[in-house]
Amino acid sequence: MQKRSIIPIVYILFLMLPIYWLVAMSFKTTNEILSGFSLFPQTFTLENYVTIFTDPSWYWGYINSIIYVSINTVISVAVALPAAYAFSRYRFLGDKQLFFWLLTNRMAPAAVFALPFFQLYSAVGIFDTHLAVALAHCLFNIPLAVWILEGFMGGIPKELDETAYVDGYSFPRFFGTIFIPSIKAGVGVAAFFCFMFSWVELLLAKTLTAVAAKPIAATMTKTASSAGYELGLLAAAGTLTIIPGAIVIWFVRNYIAKGFAMGRV
Amino acid sequence: MKTENQKAWFFVLPVLVLVAFNALIPMMTVVNYSVQETFGDNVFFWQGLDWFEQILRSERFHAALGRQFLFTFLILIIEVPLGIIIALSMPRKGFWVPVCLVTMALPMLIPWNVVGAMWNIFTLPDIGLLGYFLNHVLGISYDMTQNPLAAWVTIVTMDVWHWTSLVVLLSYAGLVSIPDAYYQAAKIDGASNWAVFRFIQLPKMKTVLTIAILLRFMDSFNIYTEPFVLTGGGPGNSTTLLSIDLVKIALGQFDLGPAAAMSLIYFAITLLVSWLFYTLMTKDDLN
Amino acid sequence: MAKITLSKLRHSYMPAPKSPSDYALKEIDLDWSDGGAYALLGPSGCGKSTLLNIISGLLVPSEGQILFDGQDVTALPPDQRNIAQVFQFPVIYDTMTVYDNLAFPLRNRGRDETTVRARVMAIAEMLEVTEMLDQKAAGLSPDNKQKISMGRGLVREDVNVVMFDEPLTVIDPHLKWKLRSKLKELHQRVKATMIYVTHDQTEALTFADQVVVMQDGEVVQIGTPVELFERPAHTFVGHFIGSPGMNILPCDLQAGVARFGAHAIALEGPIRGEAVGRTEVGIRPEFVALADKGLPATVTKISDVGRHTVVECNTDGCKINAVIDGSAPEKGASVHLDFRRDQTRLYVDGWLATDPSTPAEAAS
Repeated sequence: MQKRSIIPIVYILFLMLPIYWLVAMSFKTTNEILSGFSLFPQTFTLENYVTIFTDPSWYWGYINSIIYVSINTVISVAVALPAAYAFSRYRFLGDKQLFFWLLTNRMAPAAVFALPFFQLYSAVGIFDTHLAVALAHCLFNIPLAVWILEGFMGGIPKELDETAYVDGYSFPRFFGTIFIPSIKAGVGVAAFFCFMFSWVELLLAKTLTAVAAKPIAATMTKTASSAGYELGLLAAAGTLTIIPGAIVIWFVRNYIAKGFAMGRV
Repeated sequence: MKTENQKAWFFVLPVLVLVAFNALIPMMTVVNYSVQETFGDNVFFWQGLDWFEQILRSERFHAALGRQFLFTFLILIIEVPLGIIIALSMPRKGFWVPVCLVTMALPMLIPWNVVGAMWNIFTLPDIGLLGYFLNHVLGISYDMTQNPLAAWVTIVTMDVWHWTSLVVLLSYAGLVSIPDAYYQAAKIDGASNWAVFRFIQLPKMKTVLTIAILLRFMDSFNIYTEPFVLTGGGPGNSTTLLSIDLVKIALGQFDLGPAAAMSLIYFAITLLVSWLFYTLMTKDDLN
Repeated sequence: MAKITLSKLRHSYMPAPKSPSDYALKEIDLDWSDGGAYALLGPSGCGKSTLLNIISGLLVPSEGQILFDGQDVTALPPDQRNIAQVFQFPVIYDTMTVYDNLAFPLRNRGRDETTVRARVMAIAEMLEVTEMLDQKAAGLSPDNKQKISMGRGLVREDVNVVMFDEPLTVIDPHLKWKLRSKLKELHQRVKATMIYVTHDQTEALTFADQVVVMQDGEVVQIGTPVELFERPAHTFVGHFIGSPGMNILPCDLQAGVARFGAHAIALEGPIRGEAVGRTEVGIRPEFVALADKGLPATVTKISDVGRHTVVECNTDGCKINAVIDGSAPEKGASVHLDFRRDQTRLYVDGWLATDPSTPAEAAS
């Protein structure tokens, strides 16, 4: 038992090393980084973080990312809830085909869609808005949310619905006050995954924005290429992008394993 | 038992509209490009299936596709067994469970280009932790901007770092859903550890492993951002995977027709292989 | 097959138990003879599953010893104890055929295929599953799955004991009866020691030669079904076994005579020892009759349960059931209740405190 735990420990160390290096870099001065190898920051500096928090083109990147990720999460979960209910409770014409088609959208390479997306969102006039990115990310997040929620709803016996109707509940009231609370964990897990995939995706987000809604990740690529070797700044920005994910995952830590298991093939 | 109810379509309508808007219109645009030639100024000429033929015969496409399959093969052959082994050796309950889950999930929550940038910093020959260690401590000459093998090892290691946790979490979810009685019965029946794995744990993990393999296939087959940021497809074309090549053609050279035809072929391959995986892995359940 | 001895056995799930209430299992001493059919009966949480897991070796007791044929097996793991266990939910190996499932325990112990084949065929025939042998076990119905897990327990000819942990929980009611009689028949054919854990009195009483009744981690009575019914050693046993359970009336003891209010109740025989504590009179409804004289009461409820009628009466705020044949009085009628003397017992602090009288005393 004790000998076995060496495997997860080694694995976690392996996971933490690059992250440690990123964080360590973010506290180094540019001089120190370029002058050679050092395991710990020799002259500890917060300068890189100060730059990010005082330059609007940097900190707006964060705000933009958080805005469109939140909008996407809300939209995805909100529309996926009734759809997942329909898939878990009813048979209807073309249900299986529809479910499969939804899932195929996760298979489309984002690279395939980059250019058509640019043209589509320019044509409807919402290019470079938070809404554009939020809607575009629905492509892969809605199918995922439907999939996860359907799994959770399948675990709720149908008798719950029937009892509620017998007790005189209307459908919206039943759905809002009884059904959704009973799959709280599922909603949390689905929201978590939507947040995660919207937060980490860059290609579409970069394609659909120019200035006003530009995500933090895109700001970073620009810095990396144009301003040459500002590694410390890059590392600090990267470190900051890990934090929202870490916070969100802490909230769903008890459901995450279950959330994975509930999905069905 | 589910009841027949055509009104259920109203429930799925919002999903349908949103996904169709994002999937069908761009897809139609792509199909449209794939059969036409343009010289700019929105002037298009009918091209038929020429682009498809050209792509399918091009050596460049074959090479990129070959690299893509090699990459995905390596990813699956490493990440799936590794993920299962890690899941098997994780504690089943107690304080360390959430700690393990959270730290393991962390890499998956980092934006993909940050993953690329992070590994770039990590592997820089003289100032990166790994690069310094390999070059100056172990004395192995390592520079992924020069050596294709080093570049391959780096992108594969990066993906293992990034995504093995997905397999771990899914397998772990499958493992904890096995009731204790199964382990007790196996003990009483005198089953070896291997027999417990082969006849209890593996069958019970089958569903989640199917999901894991499918997801890992789709995502590694479509991977773009991380290797692009890390190696840019180089050195030379050695790590130019299919999607990197696609973006080069579409946005770099603005050859919309060939790029569109290539997108469709790419998508078709992804669908076909996913379907094959799915059918192979679930065929036992049908009979 | 083996004789099983539990010696000064105690178990606590806490690392350092102090008071008796920290023990999930209070001190137990008992002997089970070779080839017997035993049942552990009690409500959920009474410690019967803990006891079972200790016998099977899945749990190591905090104190005491388990002996198989006089040999100490307390520290041995389950696979070295040569036992078999059937769980509440059928445990089968989904990917194997029925045949391979039944052969699994033998193959793991390195038996040659000829022996395996002979044993599997014999067991399959006994369980009437011969025609399913080539099927995948995953597709079977719950009762057949449970049969297969029983079969895996019985297939080894050298098992010391076969244990059943509420094996009929997930079985449809109409199949429960069939499986239960199958089990009884199997016991008679294979002559293995069997321990059957259940909270269902019917299952326990029909299966076992001897029943161990447990409550709160304590053995309250060990006896044959008849003994448990006729002379419950504890009011809990009286309550738990029988339908409806034993009537329990609070009473005062004055000069060796039990009194309920002003009414004196004749007991079966002499009272043991001092009899200090909470005193109660216990009598089964089957031995309460409606008569011209006796304890006055009012009828509050009549339930027809088929061959008999259960008359529920109230006397001074105390509920007494009587099981009678023939015509029942109206609800609300005033009646007198007569207790059959040789079935009327005194309980002190829950424990039986009277002895049956000798024939001479009874005649007087």
